[in-house]
Amino acid sequence: MALLQISEPGMSAAPHQHKLAVGIDLGTTNSLVATVRNGISVVLSDIQGRAMLPSVVRYTADGQVLVGDRAQVSQSDDPVNTIVSVKRFMGRGMTDIGDTSRLPYRFVETTSADGFGMVQLRTVAGVKSPVEVSAEILKLLRSRAEDALAGELLGAVITVPAYFDDAQRQATKDAAKLAGLNVLRLLNEPTAAAIAYGLDNASEGVYAVYDLGGGTFDISILRLSRGVFEVLATNGDSALGGDDFDQRIHCWLLEKNQLSALNPKDTRLLLTLARAAKEQLTEHGEARITAVLSTGELIDNVLSQDEFHALSKNLIQRTLQPLRRALRDAKLDVKDIKGVVMVGGATRMPQVQHAVGEFFGQPPLTNLDPDKVVALGAAIQANLLAGNRTGDDWLLLDVIPLSLGLETMGGLAEKIIPRNSTIPTARAQEFTTYKDGQTAMSLHVVQGERELISDCRSLAKFELRGIPAMVAGAARIRVTFQVDADGLLNVAAREMASGIETAIVVKPSYGLTDADITRMLQESTQHAQDDMQARSEREQMTEANQLLDSVAGALAQDGELLNLAQRADIEAKILMLEAALQTANQLSIKRAMTLLNDVTVSFAQARMDKSVTRALAGKNISDLEHK
Amino acid sequence: MIVPDLKFEQNHFQLFGLSPCFKLERDQLERAFLALQSQIHPDKSAHLSDLVQRIAMQNATRVNEAYQTLKSPIRRARYFLLLQGVDTQEETNTVMPIDFLMTQMEWREAVIEAEKNRDLVVLGQLESRIKILTLELETELASKIDVERDYTAAAGMVRKLRFMEKLAEEISTAYDELDR
Repeated sequence: MALLQISEPGMSAAPHQHKLAVGIDLGTTNSLVATVRNGISVVLSDIQGRAMLPSVVRYTADGQVLVGDRAQVSQSDDPVNTIVSVKRFMGRGMTDIGDTSRLPYRFVETTSADGFGMVQLRTVAGVKSPVEVSAEILKLLRSRAEDALAGELLGAVITVPAYFDDAQRQATKDAAKLAGLNVLRLLNEPTAAAIAYGLDNASEGVYAVYDLGGGTFDISILRLSRGVFEVLATNGDSALGGDDFDQRIHCWLLEKNQLSALNPKDTRLLLTLARAAKEQLTEHGEARITAVLSTGELIDNVLSQDEFHALSKNLIQRTLQPLRRALRDAKLDVKDIKGVVMVGGATRMPQVQHAVGEFFGQPPLTNLDPDKVVALGAAIQANLLAGNRTGDDWLLLDVIPLSLGLETMGGLAEKIIPRNSTIPTARAQEFTTYKDGQTAMSLHVVQGERELISDCRSLAKFELRGIPAMVAGAARIRVTFQVDADGLLNVAAREMASGIETAIVVKPSYGLTDADITRMLQESTQHAQDDMQARSEREQMTEANQLLDSVAGALAQDGELLNLAQRADIEAKILMLEAALQTANQLSIKRAMTLLNDVTVSFAQARMDKSVTRALAGKNISDLEHK
Repeated sequence: MIVPDLKFEQNHFQLFGLSPCFKLERDQLERAFLALQSQIHPDKSAHLSDLVQRIAMQNATRVNEAYQTLKSPIRRARYFLLLQGVDTQEETNTVMPIDFLMTQMEWREAVIEAEKNRDLVVLGQLESRIKILTLELETELASKIDVERDYTAAAGMVRKLRFMEKLAEEISTAYDELDR
């Protein structure tokens, strides 16, 4: 007997087969999916040939979930249920979002046991977490890829802003899991762009990637040499992007027209027009904005390029601070930078290109499509991670963007792993008890650069219990921080002195617990089952009605073929089926249909005989033979 | 797929095939590091089982830690001395030459002053002076370790370098604060 061959999960029995893997750029404004085909990275388009999927999700009253252009068309009509730029809410609490009055959503503040929680949105289809909304976008891209590649995906590389903190990364990974994707790696967006750019141009030297997306800003400094992409430093602002430029124009419109609080519909309308004006100002000297508000008020303003530049000046200034910090952390000077790669749609704005060129003393590189370069790079990395041999191999060394630490006495943060540490990395620190007989210790994990805990992002609070009672200072509690290749943190604590080990693994408070994810997965499977159930119910009802119609027709036409008892029997079963249809109970409808079918078998036979007799009447044998 | 087996009992120098000393070729260290990471990095096994991936993460973590330790002069010296059984006693030994401590105090005050006055020029001057002094200390340290093999004196120099490192960190924080 042949032995069973057991292969590694994901390793097919045929080792040379090309494994299907994609790169997904889950953007604030648009999302894309790309893959490597015949050695070339290509963006996958929808049937209409559109590569970019607007990152918009709409929930309708009848339970539909619309994604992309289908959702975007209704963003002004149904702003509350049409979620735009959901990326801004990933792993974020209410206080992170700031002024919610300028956003047309109904926010729900949630609190977990330790007082933190990711915001949620109340829609017509219920309360939705940003993770669930993002998962809808990923699901659509997944099915687009599976259709285009005609097969199931081995996995995906999902890109995240380099400056995303642990909670935001965890939320992104959770969304991918919820969309049924196997995450090969979370990849930093500027790094993905550097891969696409570096491999394309066979570049060597130190490069800066300036990535201004719809809602996030990253700067990464990388050294490219002999097939190695080494991130030296990264910095940024995870709440700064093209959307903020729209907001500036929006505010300008409000001021110009002396408008105060607008309803959600008008807010969305003006934001949409603001974005269109911003895009127009990239190539034109001025943009005209006209609209009729729901109050009947007419908006008609002209915004000049100069005015827009003045409005957005300090937004651009805000990107220069992280530039200086990244250079300092990399211990480099502006003159060490060989080239500046521009990424993200917002870098199309001439004032951005001008400011970046001035800062680095050289014109930025704009030869790659700033909207697609991240997805293309992610696909190249996905192909490598899937184990498809490409001949040339490269090594990617990335870093964590923000320091990780613990709260110590007096509300101060003690850094355990400093920012810009190459990942994966781990660091252990020992702590002790400060009271005699102390058996528990609470640990507060934070991320950020500031000294005060209150200025850092709180990731998790947990308690280490069961420390054997000892005199103060005798216990040795070793806390280990481990950051994996996705940039995600795991913390474990262990009491060393007693030999009794207690280890726990924490997840950020702003993330979802495994139980949350399981529940969401169950709900979405349940939802799919409900859909199937509903469809089969509808189909069955149609069938039952068709049966009733045909029996009624037959009775009218050939009723004389039945004796009184037969007729009564059929009519009784008709009534039974009609009653069952009223109850809408699938099982009783099915039973009544079977009964009606049974009692009409002999009737159908009689009708068949009659029609054959009728057809044969008046015809002779020779006619029949010629048929 | 064969997972390269890292010998965890090897010290950092052995891991990279380097002879243990303070003064080492940066290029050689970097080449050895990249050669090792090219084999064991988690990206090489992202399509394999969870177990294989976990081993890869541990191996890569170990190699990163060793590289970071050897790359930084102060960390390298501290590690080298530890291998020789010499504790640098940075937390416990506070006996320092008076003039060294005085200079440290003056510099600290100067950094705070520059931050208060938002004076980037003075901050830059302080930064380069500290950089030069650090380099001088490192040269001296190299001769104490590699030539004289005077590890007790070397431990004292590591303690001095720790002061310089803290100053550099304070300057960096000051820059961050001024940029805010």
